[in-house]
Amino acid sequence: MNQALPTLTLKDFASDQEVRWCPGCGDYAILKTIQKLMPDLDTPKENQVFVSGIGCSSRFPYYMNTFGFHTIHGRAPAIATGVKLSNPELDVWVITGDGDGFSIGGNHMMHVLRRNVDLQILLFNNEIYGLTKGQYSPTSQVGTHSPSSPNGSIDSPLSPCLVALGSGGTFIARSIDTEAKHLTEVVKRGHDHRGAAFVEILQNCPIYNDGIFEQVKDKKVAPDFRVEVVHGEPLKFGKENEKGIALNRDSLRLEIVSVKGNEGRLLIHDETNKIQAQLIAAMAGPDFPVAIGVLYRENKTSFIHDAQVQVEKARSTKRSLEGLLNSGHTWEVD
Amino acid sequence: MELAEEKLDEHHLDEKEVLDVVVRFAGDSGDGMQLTGTNFTQATALYGNDLSTFPDFPAEIRAPVGATFGVSAFQIYFGAEDVTTAGDATDVLVAMNPAALVTNLENLIDGGLIIVDSGAFTAKNLTKAKYESNPLEDGSLDGFRVFSIDIHKQVLAAVEPFGLSHKDALRCKNMWTLGLVMWLFDRDRSATIENLKTKFANKPAIADSNIAALNAGHAYGETAELPAGIHVYKVPKAKVAPGTYRNITGTQALAWGLIAGSELADLDLLFASYPITPASNLLHELASHKEFRVNTFQAEDEIAAVCAAVGASFAGSLGITSSAGPGIALKSEGMALAAAAELPLVVINTQRGGPSTGLPTKTEQSDFNMAMYGRHGDTPIPVVAASTSIDCFDVAIEAVRLAAKYMTPVILLSDGYLANAAEPWKIPQADSLPSFNIRHYDDPTNFKPSIRNEETLARVWAKPGTPGMEHRIGGIERSYDTGEISYDPTNHQKMTELRKAKVDGIAKDIPLQEVCYGNDSGKLAVVGWGSTFGAIHQAVKRAVAEGLDVSHIQVRYLSPMPSNLGELLSNFDAIIVPEMNTGQFIKLIRSEFLIDADGINKIAGQPFKIGEILAAIHKKYIELEEGL
Repeated sequence: MNQALPTLTLKDFASDQEVRWCPGCGDYAILKTIQKLMPDLDTPKENQVFVSGIGCSSRFPYYMNTFGFHTIHGRAPAIATGVKLSNPELDVWVITGDGDGFSIGGNHMMHVLRRNVDLQILLFNNEIYGLTKGQYSPTSQVGTHSPSSPNGSIDSPLSPCLVALGSGGTFIARSIDTEAKHLTEVVKRGHDHRGAAFVEILQNCPIYNDGIFEQVKDKKVAPDFRVEVVHGEPLKFGKENEKGIALNRDSLRLEIVSVKGNEGRLLIHDETNKIQAQLIAAMAGPDFPVAIGVLYRENKTSFIHDAQVQVEKARSTKRSLEGLLNSGHTWEVD
Repeated sequence: MELAEEKLDEHHLDEKEVLDVVVRFAGDSGDGMQLTGTNFTQATALYGNDLSTFPDFPAEIRAPVGATFGVSAFQIYFGAEDVTTAGDATDVLVAMNPAALVTNLENLIDGGLIIVDSGAFTAKNLTKAKYESNPLEDGSLDGFRVFSIDIHKQVLAAVEPFGLSHKDALRCKNMWTLGLVMWLFDRDRSATIENLKTKFANKPAIADSNIAALNAGHAYGETAELPAGIHVYKVPKAKVAPGTYRNITGTQALAWGLIAGSELADLDLLFASYPITPASNLLHELASHKEFRVNTFQAEDEIAAVCAAVGASFAGSLGITSSAGPGIALKSEGMALAAAAELPLVVINTQRGGPSTGLPTKTEQSDFNMAMYGRHGDTPIPVVAASTSIDCFDVAIEAVRLAAKYMTPVILLSDGYLANAAEPWKIPQADSLPSFNIRHYDDPTNFKPSIRNEETLARVWAKPGTPGMEHRIGGIERSYDTGEISYDPTNHQKMTELRKAKVDGIAKDIPLQEVCYGNDSGKLAVVGWGSTFGAIHQAVKRAVAEGLDVSHIQVRYLSPMPSNLGELLSNFDAIIVPEMNTGQFIKLIRSEFLIDADGINKIAGQPFKIGEILAAIHKKYIELEEGL
């Protein structure tokens, strides 16, 4: 019998800890959005667990009035896997950043995605190391001036969503820190997904990388620099939705076309099409708008489910320590 | 002290009855020597001898045929009295090819028996073993009893009716040889026959061929004209306590100890590990026992393995991780997280030769310092060590108990020798094992994650999924009073001292150190830890039999150490500490108790020989007598 859960509000999910992010940090907006959407999830509060690594974003669990584990740099996916394997009933969230999730912890990210462990992974991407005072990160654009790259960084950045796709991720989305409505929708869909739900959140660091996502966030110019993808809908953008994305079937490349006269050619977003997801996830300025929304999803059995099936099958046989110790060849001495 | 060796008195193979024997099977890594050895071990246990085994194999899985570096050996020491090592010197060497002979001859006693497959002594194989002439013909083996048989030919004839390919037929060589050795020591073949039937249940022709080869080898011993000085040897049964027995390796005992620990603690286990020699077998063993409260996770790397274990502990299971030295080094940060967050965790280190890749399949005790000190921060972690294959069972239970009761990581030290060595085990009554139910905290009244048990100083274990227990923990220093983040200087001092006091306090909850052989005070104590137990035990026993005043002390609890250990050691005029490292435990003894001690250090990838410990005892004894 389903028992009605008590009605909770945002306040029930806010811990009594003073939030210590810098004023103006995008993390505040994300925190508020997550606290606000928690009561809508069909999970008792005591079953919510937030696991994080190290970095500004990883302080997140301290501000949630749920179970929280602030762990070590890059390892949150591995720790969260242990939590979820130990108790599959729990609703486990991984909070990570671009350095935590894709530099020091890149290996775990890859494996948690390919295994399809049932977690919600929120990657706060601000393209910079904040907590260590502003060094360039694996998602920083080439030429980023920072204390460790005074002449500009020379590393090519990686695209978190593309890496997630390449790792075999089954739910891959992108959203923006301050866009509560969009973020809420994307995160809720990720929460409903069985398996690893990966959400890249473009997050502004006002101290070390301010305005890096301004083009996609500033309402005045954003329509020209981003495209909101919706399953089954054509990819249109621009102030009047006058521009569209089409696939050039000869070059197998995307191109920007005017909607007028090209209605039939526009790419229709299909969340289940991995090839298309790779093309859309790779779209970036200055030539293309950045795609936000659910880029890819796939129905696949989850790691935790399969692990449970094996455990339950094994436990259907009777266990006895006595039997184990006496199994195989034994002999009696009188 | 210099590592020296004394030759022990050997029982000559001239006699029809011998008190104990060391047999070493050696061949190519693909010759099935380990299977031969385990079957002989089983037959020997069923016969009623005490025994100890030493599988000694190369890191290469299938080295090129005939190569000296590909020789795989299995040594078994069995006899009428208590056997605790795999034996110093070989009495009977079974060499399946020239490479096996050349690499194992050095350790054969004068007058020892060599059983060789002359069919494998081809020009090509002799060259590979770097023999300039055939040792079976050039007189170089004149000091030994040589039983040279063309086993190739014998096997092909024995399995001919079953229509195997030439290659498959020759793969029965090991069973033919086993049959012959079973005849030599009057062992019963029926258990091996059963094993072969089970192993090859789906390949009856292979099963039948192997059984035929086994029987043919046995029949050969019975009927063939034997060289002088070779006959059936009688090894009297050992006098052991009545009960049900089995053979068990250290790995198996450790796995079963963890399972028993979970039952006794009433806890689920998550064993998270990454494959590494010689620790992987523990993962294999536990992965096949999920009918118990065990789940296993093969992680993407060593770090993920320890982290998944820590995550499981946070969620209310007991997280366990396991590796060998190089992998444990990678786990260090995760272990410190468990110490900081005060979560239980068991870390098993099956030590191997180091540094770096070192000697992956060989044994060593060189990770003692890493276990004691190898961490950032002021991070005390209890350390326990298993001393025999059987002891792995009890030590595993103890590691589970301490971790869960004290909310702390615990390091369990085993090694490559213990992991693979087998010995007979009097099976304990499962219901006689003392339970230590661990309870998760669930009282929401004024709940804080920092509530402590006043006696153990352990923090409460409140697991997710329990209403009212919502809390946040992590690696940042926490307030003693509230469990919330705290950067307060006096709080950090208090918490650091608390972590130390909690681990130190375990000394009140462990048995006092006992002397395992000899008197509680006297001239000389040989103090060991871990797998040196067997050799020390035999050496001290022999020294005492000679009338020397020597005692054996084997320390299981390395951190914290038993509260009486210092006083106990001060009761002896001198102390010898044998270790398979350059002297790590000895430094702790000297610094902790301000007493002198002499080390004997063997870093050869091989366990100590009895004669090596005995030589050190004699040397020290003479020094003491002469008042040097």
